[in-house]
Amino acid sequence: MNFLDLCDPNLHCSRRTLLGAGATGSVMMSSLARALARADETGRTDPARPKSVILLWMEGGPSQLETFDPHAGTRRGGDVKAIETTIPGVQISDLLPGVAEQLHHASLIRSVVGNEGEHARATYQIKNGYRPDPTLVHPSIGAVLCHHDQQTLDIPRHVSILPGQSPGRGGYLGPSYDAFKINDPAGPVTDVRRRVDDVRYERRVQDLAILEKQFATNRFADLHSRRTLHGEATRSALRMMSSDQLTAFDVTQETEIEQADFGDTPFGRGCLAAGRLIEVGVRCVEVTLGGWDSHVTNHTLHASACGILDPALASLLRRLADRDLLSTTLVVCAGEFGRTPNINPAEGRDHWAHGFSVLLAGGGLRSGVVHGATAAEPNSDPAKVNEHVQDPVSIADLHATIFRTLGSDPQEELITPIGRPLKRSEGRAIEVLL
Amino acid sequence: MQSYRRTTLSVFRWVWLSALVFFAAAYLLDGLSGTPTADREDPSDLSARSVGSRDSDRPPRAAPDIDPDIVLVLDRLNQARRERLAALGLRSAPPADWLTVNRRLSLALTGTGLSLEEIRHLESLPPQDRVPIHLERLLRDSRHHDYWAERWTRYLVGADEGPFLVFRRRKFRHWLSDNFAENRRYDQMARDLITAEGLWTDKPQVNFYTVTYDSGDDGPDPIRLAARTSRVFLGLRIDCLQCHDDFLGNVSLGDAENLREGTQQDFHQLASFFTAAKSSGLQGVRSGKADYAYKYLYADEEVDVPPGVPYQTELLPAEGDPRERLARWITSPENRQAARSAVHHVWALLFGQPRGESVDNLPLDEPIDAEIKILVDDLVENGFNLRRLVRSIALSDAFGVDSRADFHLTARHDSAGASFPLVRLRPEQIAGAVIQSSRIKTVNRDSSFLVQLQALGGRGDFVRRYGDLGEDEFTADPVTISQRLVMLNGKLVDESVEHNPVLNASAHVAMFSGDDVTAVENAFLCVLNRRPGDQETKHFVRRIDQADHRKQGLEDLFWTLLNSSEFAWNH
Repeated sequence: MNFLDLCDPNLHCSRRTLLGAGATGSVMMSSLARALARADETGRTDPARPKSVILLWMEGGPSQLETFDPHAGTRRGGDVKAIETTIPGVQISDLLPGVAEQLHHASLIRSVVGNEGEHARATYQIKNGYRPDPTLVHPSIGAVLCHHDQQTLDIPRHVSILPGQSPGRGGYLGPSYDAFKINDPAGPVTDVRRRVDDVRYERRVQDLAILEKQFATNRFADLHSRRTLHGEATRSALRMMSSDQLTAFDVTQETEIEQADFGDTPFGRGCLAAGRLIEVGVRCVEVTLGGWDSHVTNHTLHASACGILDPALASLLRRLADRDLLSTTLVVCAGEFGRTPNINPAEGRDHWAHGFSVLLAGGGLRSGVVHGATAAEPNSDPAKVNEHVQDPVSIADLHATIFRTLGSDPQEELITPIGRPLKRSEGRAIEVLL
Repeated sequence: MQSYRRTTLSVFRWVWLSALVFFAAAYLLDGLSGTPTADREDPSDLSARSVGSRDSDRPPRAAPDIDPDIVLVLDRLNQARRERLAALGLRSAPPADWLTVNRRLSLALTGTGLSLEEIRHLESLPPQDRVPIHLERLLRDSRHHDYWAERWTRYLVGADEGPFLVFRRRKFRHWLSDNFAENRRYDQMARDLITAEGLWTDKPQVNFYTVTYDSGDDGPDPIRLAARTSRVFLGLRIDCLQCHDDFLGNVSLGDAENLREGTQQDFHQLASFFTAAKSSGLQGVRSGKADYAYKYLYADEEVDVPPGVPYQTELLPAEGDPRERLARWITSPENRQAARSAVHHVWALLFGQPRGESVDNLPLDEPIDAEIKILVDDLVENGFNLRRLVRSIALSDAFGVDSRADFHLTARHDSAGASFPLVRLRPEQIAGAVIQSSRIKTVNRDSSFLVQLQALGGRGDFVRRYGDLGEDEFTADPVTISQRLVMLNGKLVDESVEHNPVLNASAHVAMFSGDDVTAVENAFLCVLNRRPGDQETKHFVRRIDQADHRKQGLEDLFWTLLNSSEFAWNH
């Protein structure tokens, strides 16, 4: 295919469109046809379907005490109260009542230990599994997953919703593995809609051919096919613009009840969109929720942030389980670090990387497990801050666990552009969770 | 009386409006109208515009301030290139036309393409002067100082953006911009960075250190500083030696006559210099004693690690402040490896890609090629003058050669520099070129506040969506689908091509170009900085004719030009 073929008519409709085509098009697609088409695309009928991951990114660093590791009633516990969950004997913060009802789908790690205390560096470490290194940029989990499995879709397989400060990056694997960034799914997906009518747009695209022909004159024979790849990328972009899979971003196609369950918030809609995207075959979706950096009025800020997180996370776990997708979809809920057990004079909690919590659910991981623990009265001596953490889990261990769960060998070495072999993760998977 | 006043006021308004329209039209036509035919070049004159002949035969009419002995450097440089290509059995592509070379210069030095205003001005000059004069103007242009300050900031301190780093980076960038504006000696800049003292607010160069602070460890990080220093000032990647000795034969250090495999000691002795940088509360970074201990791999216990350098140890002053000693060693005229690193970095900034595999991995045991050696010697012998280095590279045959040839170009021609490399533009270059293409006049500090505001906002938003490369300066990755979507349907491109009579070139071209042929030519010059070929002119004139409105035809043409691969690539 050359540049002259940019306006391939086949790019304007997909098999699902044809299945549903009729007097009123896809609106009238029969439920059976829709189900068949979707099953075909997602591989749900295939028992060996690939695994996906949804990362709920708590930007700013949520307090473990106000979320998954409350020490209610203690001096450090603050105003938090603990409630029972669907895992017998396990309590979490009363700010997450909905999650408590769905916790039997999940496991908790309450003993994650990081090395970084600054937002950007800590975010880098927990998203990429390595500490920042001036010689290279490490890929995020989604990039590694997409690199491991080269299946293709019309839409990007790595998506970041409400990307915040640190959307997943391809790093040394290349920008083609960067997350595709979208804002609140209440609005249209950015940059996929033509800004002029179809006739003008097609004419514009067709006219590229004459410029490409001129540019290729007297240059390398493989200019477009192997060097610029400009035409291929343009064709892929046009294919995405006309793909039915784009409707996965459109949460308004869900029932009002379902939308309400996730919460009328950008994050809630993001989680609902994440569930829909996984259904069409997207491999990694990250959804960001900010508002956790509670150096002042910690409890108030966490009450607000948990009020958004709780319905969205609970509904996401419920939806994935209902649709038989939880067994192949790993849900990770984490931030860059936790917060100090000590409450400062401004009633806030500061950064704390010495024993914080991460929720993992699905993907074939054991559920109902709580791994690690923190003490109600940790030692604040800088040299001994990790001593109170029972069964400490490093960031690298967390990544190794995630990759094992997703079917990627963490020990396998990837080769950086300068030929340096690097393991996917240098940690060891937490066997008790596998 | 009241009627008289009203009439006077009305006349005054009309006169004012007419004058405004007249000057606006004159202003735009000044940029849009072509120069007399006599100034257009004869295509057969390509050889006369070869780089060597430009300077040696006829000095520029406007007398660009070029040191005459740069011509001698260029002769040696070009001769070395010819000999190298001959030894490889490769023909060189012919010289590129002046518009193409000047587009390369603008992209490399300011991060944008040429404006139509600049093109019109250059067309009024004798052909042989157009490249050297454009180069001299750019070297004195604040756009260049700011753009290179940003590029060097990424190289020197990275691209991290935490809440505090944003302000530190900005201070650091302004300091670098001032240095470039003054054409400060490279060795002095390097020395300032390595020996920086004080508060980051008062002494911006201190941010070379403060960027390595962690909130939990309130002081410079010697490990990160050693890794950064070895890469940016020495062109050596020795990071792996942080954890283990070199066992793959990748890092050769030691004496030139007796190179050896790198060891952990090499890395940590370099790091030891930076332990002399102490964080001293309100005084910021202060100099103290180096005190560093490290437990090497397989060792039983920590040992004191004295400051030491990984090669040419005889150049290291025996006494003095540790960081001052290190700075004097790095900037010693005899430390050719450090100068080599600077030359490679400037080369990469101009070409958009490294000469060789990378700018920061220049092994000591790898022979320096003849052209780089000429540039390294010239840099050291002429006071580490960066502008002189830029001139020497930018006016050389290697920079002025075409990326096309009337013979079969192969990957060998590409890697040997027999043709100009095709390099994908960086995100901020794409943004800068889109914004510039939408204006007739040059977008710079003299532009209206509105234009500057739009340029700033549009560029930032575009780069975020297009994908920032971070500090990884010279990667050659393929274009992504997201990037194509941003160009096909994004806000910046849409706003740049729309018929906006107040701001946009597409509207000005539609309104003031005498006919469609001229309109097509002006659009090509604005966006691609070249004239259209006959077929292209014919095709797009027909397209404009077919459009519902002429303005729509021009909008579509600008959009198509912006979405071509030619626009997205330096060539």
